[in-house]
Amino acid sequence: MSRHYDKLIFELSSEGKTGYRLPASGIEDEGPYGIPEKLLRTEAPLLPQVSEPEAVRHYTRLSRENYGLDGGMYPLGSCTMKYNPKFNEDAAAMPAFSGLHPYLPEAAAQGALRIMYELDRMLSEITGMAKFSLQPAAGAQGELAGLMIFKAWHESRGEGRRRRIIVPDSSHGTNPASAAEAGFEVVQIASAKDGTVDKAALGAALNEDVAGLMLTNPNTLGLFERDILRIAEMVHGAGGLLYYDGANMNAIMGVARPGDMGFDVIHLNMHKTFSTPHGGGGPGAGPLGVREDLIRFLPRPTVAKRGDVYGLDFGGAESIGRLKSFYGNFGVLLKAWCYIKMLGAEGLKEASQNAVLNANYIKESLKGLYKLPYDRPCMHEFVFDGLASGAPGVKTLDVAKRLIDLGFHPPTVYFPLIVENALMIEPTETESLADLDAFIAAMERIAREATAAPELLKEAPQSAPVRRVDELRAAKSPVLKWTEDEE
Amino acid sequence: MSAYVPNTRSDREHMLDVIGAASLDELYRDIPAGLRLKGDLTLGKPLSEAELYRELGAIAEKNTGAERLVCFLGAGAYDRLIPSAIKYLTSRSEFYTAYTPYQPEISQGTLQAIFEFQTMIASLTGMDAANASMYDGASACAEAVLTAVRHTGRRAVLVSRAVHPETREVIETYARAGGIALSDIPLKDGVTDAAALSSLLSDDTACVVAQSPNFFGLIEDISALEGPTHARKALLVACVTDPLSLAVLESPGRQGADIAVGEGQSFGTALNYGGPYLGFMAAKAPLMRKLPGRMVGQTLDLEGRRAFTLTLQTREQHIRREKATSNICSNQGLNALTAAIYLSLLGGEGLREAAEQSMKKARYLQKRLERIGIKPLFDGPFFDEFAVKLPADAREANEMLLRNGILGGYPLADALPGAGYPADDRAALFCVTEKRTKEEMDRLVSLLAERKGAGK
Repeated sequence: MSRHYDKLIFELSSEGKTGYRLPASGIEDEGPYGIPEKLLRTEAPLLPQVSEPEAVRHYTRLSRENYGLDGGMYPLGSCTMKYNPKFNEDAAAMPAFSGLHPYLPEAAAQGALRIMYELDRMLSEITGMAKFSLQPAAGAQGELAGLMIFKAWHESRGEGRRRRIIVPDSSHGTNPASAAEAGFEVVQIASAKDGTVDKAALGAALNEDVAGLMLTNPNTLGLFERDILRIAEMVHGAGGLLYYDGANMNAIMGVARPGDMGFDVIHLNMHKTFSTPHGGGGPGAGPLGVREDLIRFLPRPTVAKRGDVYGLDFGGAESIGRLKSFYGNFGVLLKAWCYIKMLGAEGLKEASQNAVLNANYIKESLKGLYKLPYDRPCMHEFVFDGLASGAPGVKTLDVAKRLIDLGFHPPTVYFPLIVENALMIEPTETESLADLDAFIAAMERIAREATAAPELLKEAPQSAPVRRVDELRAAKSPVLKWTEDEE
Repeated sequence: MSAYVPNTRSDREHMLDVIGAASLDELYRDIPAGLRLKGDLTLGKPLSEAELYRELGAIAEKNTGAERLVCFLGAGAYDRLIPSAIKYLTSRSEFYTAYTPYQPEISQGTLQAIFEFQTMIASLTGMDAANASMYDGASACAEAVLTAVRHTGRRAVLVSRAVHPETREVIETYARAGGIALSDIPLKDGVTDAAALSSLLSDDTACVVAQSPNFFGLIEDISALEGPTHARKALLVACVTDPLSLAVLESPGRQGADIAVGEGQSFGTALNYGGPYLGFMAAKAPLMRKLPGRMVGQTLDLEGRRAFTLTLQTREQHIRREKATSNICSNQGLNALTAAIYLSLLGGEGLREAAEQSMKKARYLQKRLERIGIKPLFDGPFFDEFAVKLPADAREANEMLLRNGILGGYPLADALPGAGYPADDRAALFCVTEKRTKEEMDRLVSLLAERKGAGK
């Protein structure tokens, strides 16, 4: 990363410049546009006037203020920041795919439809579900759709009174937020001492008002729910459904399947497990899979194959409906299809096994220096509860910021909420042993510095393009756009 | 061994040693034996890049060169000119392989670009603040409805019949879950019937949703809906399916809308068979803290330098959980960056030029079609899309055009069945962007004229 570059594009603007020249219209002027004066714009929009080289240099300089996965390890727990294969980018940029209008006649889009159909089949095989809808644009939208299916299923059985969704206190924030957005009441249950679902608490929460339970397995502590079959039995026995938040699927591909564990509805994150890039905050894709008898509720459209012909299937009256325009984030789905084709069954399993191996290796290497609240074999991630030996005044946030100075993106911090000083570490399978060792060495150094030179942590980062950013100030008096008088 | 896993066999042995496990399988001992897969998944053998390239190429050919068709199809997805520079900038791995900018000190690039995007969207829509993006225009509109419901505490929503039918469907999906009652605002001459609005509004109306240019391409007078809507203390939500129109049309903010949402695909994102696209949302100041999604704010670093960070996060799911303003997490960051670069390259003048060329060309085509007897369905002013009545079934006409390398207009009979559009099988919605040429339009006209001359 380079030194801080301090210009907004608006501050580079001069009248008379342009960064893109349109071709001449080639059309004679045929008079006014016939738009009444009152419908025409009265104030020019605030847009910069810059040349192409200036625009390119501006955004290139901005890019150099970013930490990207290609530049270094990104051990963000629950985010599965694995390497994004370059071939996938080439594939999605092929004009034969990127140039397709969504309202093309289906006969002219058979290739694109086939990709979607095959991705549905492959994801179904990987998870043990019956069918996927590729509509959801991200994991959270998948969750929302999944919960809408819960509701539709209960209503179809005359059990619309089931208004409650149970989530563990270790769950992702999207779980309760999605449940609320789907119109449910959220019941949070405390985790057991070992970090897994407290079956007594679950039993007490289950009743005839409960629509279902949302789980991540392995959970956000990186622990596999050993009693998942018993949990599924309890939920189903009480008339509820079981939702699988696929954020942590990277631990178990080719090893175990949510469908076999008793999960009824599941979403997967293409931008985590299936290697599509995060894009600095999207686009992602969050396909939603269900067991056989819930297919009729899937968001529309899905893709069907009739004979040799692929086509959109708009489903029946019981579909929960449409979640977005068109058919899902096709360009992202195509990259996931490539990834699965490239890895095959053995490659996916190898990916999961090495993700788990790498996480355990870091955990075991550092557990003396950092507090490990749940000392068990972890899956693809694990959580430390801050430094093992108290260093007065040094917070988890300081550890995270010091990692920046040492060349690493920090882990996820202060999540899950049940671990006070959480440092949630997920290396993924695409890091080399040399990089894992470098990360371990950096964490060891920070543990030493915490007592020997705590100011290095508290004042970190010092080598980033900017020093610690005042987030409180930003929230107190929000400045959400640039205004001219600032210059 | 895939090319993406660096661990060698000896690396693995060393690591297992450190861990104190005998095998990779042992690491999975928490998974009950009965749940462990016995065989391999049925997914086929791993493919090399070269093999996959061949397979993908063969599949791509099944799209029958559709990307080379001359496109007169719009209806929510627009075939516009895209400057080359965009691809090179968004392909910088510092941008596209980065995560959501939770660590501001090493994410200033993404954060500042989003701040610029927010500024541009707020200005184009005439609003006080914009968020960092939504999934797409349709889901952004549904989230705007939820925002209005939350803000007003009311549960009825009025939606113009001229809102894109897919947007309408998405609003329905979200509304059903939220126990929100939707009703239609009928149309008059293809635009929202403002006179009918007053009688539909009640003290339970949370918001009124209208789109301009609307689904038929007609420019709506959003300001005519403002009076009655605000008289009932409901919010006005304006949806913009093609924001290029904002270069020439009055902004929703100035027309009295409280929330503006829309689809930003027009700003530099390829057609991509329908996604990923770019939802945007902007609002007036009183709603700023109620908006869903990420927002970037300006602040200072420790040394007093201008810096940017995600802000107002107490609205969001990772802090507020079930009390959040939305469940949205990942949005369309890279598409927002694309839009910021597109708008920077074109600038205010270029954007206006693109909009004016689109309008000019659309009028050229509309007049030439009229000369051969293909009349517009509506008389009202339009941006760059217009509905016409073809002499025969629009789908059949499209098949003929397709054989001639042209992607014809959207057959309006394909819109939601039973939606009550004044459309029949002959109605089609044509779109002419700045990308189309006079020759392409002349060819379209002559093909349709030939067909007409041939009796059908």
